[in-house]
Amino acid sequence: MAHQDRPLSPHIQIYRPQMTSLMSIVHRITGVALVGGTFVLTYWLGAAAYGQAAYAQAQTLLSSLVGNLMIFFWSVALFYHLCNGIRHFIWDLGYGLEREQVYASGFIVWVVTAVLSMLAWGLALSV
Amino acid sequence: MVEFSLPYASRVRTGKSHCTPVSTETAKKFQIYRYDPDSNGTPRLDAYEIDTKSCGPMVLDALLKIKNEIDSTLTFRRSCREGICGSCAMNVDGTNTLACLKPIAEIRGDVKIYPLPHLPVIKDLVPDLSWQYSQIESIEPWLQCDTSSPPFAERLQSPEERARLDGLWECILCFCCQTSCPSYWWNGDRYLGPAVLLQAYRWLSDSRDENTGKRLDMLEDPFRLYRCHTIMNCTIACPKGLNPGKAVGRIKQMMFKRSE
Repeated sequence: MAHQDRPLSPHIQIYRPQMTSLMSIVHRITGVALVGGTFVLTYWLGAAAYGQAAYAQAQTLLSSLVGNLMIFFWSVALFYHLCNGIRHFIWDLGYGLEREQVYASGFIVWVVTAVLSMLAWGLALSV
Repeated sequence: MVEFSLPYASRVRTGKSHCTPVSTETAKKFQIYRYDPDSNGTPRLDAYEIDTKSCGPMVLDALLKIKNEIDSTLTFRRSCREGICGSCAMNVDGTNTLACLKPIAEIRGDVKIYPLPHLPVIKDLVPDLSWQYSQIESIEPWLQCDTSSPPFAERLQSPEERARLDGLWECILCFCCQTSCPSYWWNGDRYLGPAVLLQAYRWLSDSRDENTGKRLDMLEDPFRLYRCHTIMNCTIACPKGLNPGKAVGRIKQMMFKRSE
């Protein structure tokens, strides 16, 4: 195996970011972020069940600028993770694994994520 | 294990500059990873400037020109200069490729050349690939049959059966894909990696091979096969246009089908 004295050649420091590996790491990051978001959703539902005062406090927190920003990023994360998750399912079924298809489906994921996010926020802000 | 930084002694320092003034229009600067095991030093990035007008079109031509005319200590592997031996695999301009197949004209700005990523470096652009070769050996890449071969004849295949090996047999084991895979960087001690799994699939696909079950048993492991997270850097990297990512996907499907 590896000779102890030999240096390790540079890897992530020098590798040009690839659309493939970038989308993979974003999939993981959004997955972790969504778990965090689930706790906040639980807090919000819990507050609603607890009583009027608790619910009002939760509403104040979540409708603040920071709260809104976090909900915005969670929604984008949700749509990205959903779309890219479907892309992974399609791969697992054995389709879309050609080089050009991988790029094309990646592009579609970005576009659909943007469209769904805009639709959701357009709907939310118009109510 | 995921590690984002290099061990202290592996970090690359700025090295010497061998830049000689040439005509500015056709000049190209090369920044090349250097490591001399005999000098007790750490890796460094040396700079060279060459005139592309008096140089062949490929990155390998430039490396040979630098070695011949500027710095004979520059060390790298090369042999066929036509993309069939796999010796000159290295990281050029941020991605793994064969130096002999990569045109200099495709690269904007300075040309940065490193050895294949996340490997122990023997010298300069020459990495130690013995672990990867032992991984290839572990999948037993040869025809395995329990039945004896027909007397005075070869084992026959239909054209369709033979066609299943296309896109697999062409692999030249340059390990460009293997060392482009982040999952292999972090788990290369146990994960077999795209190049080795493509070879495994080549033997799983062979209609003459009778040990498919045994081969799948060997791969059925959380690390050997299932550290592939379909990142697909391998398929993007392959300088031969093969598709290791798809081959790994096919192995996963074979695993699923036999578990049904």
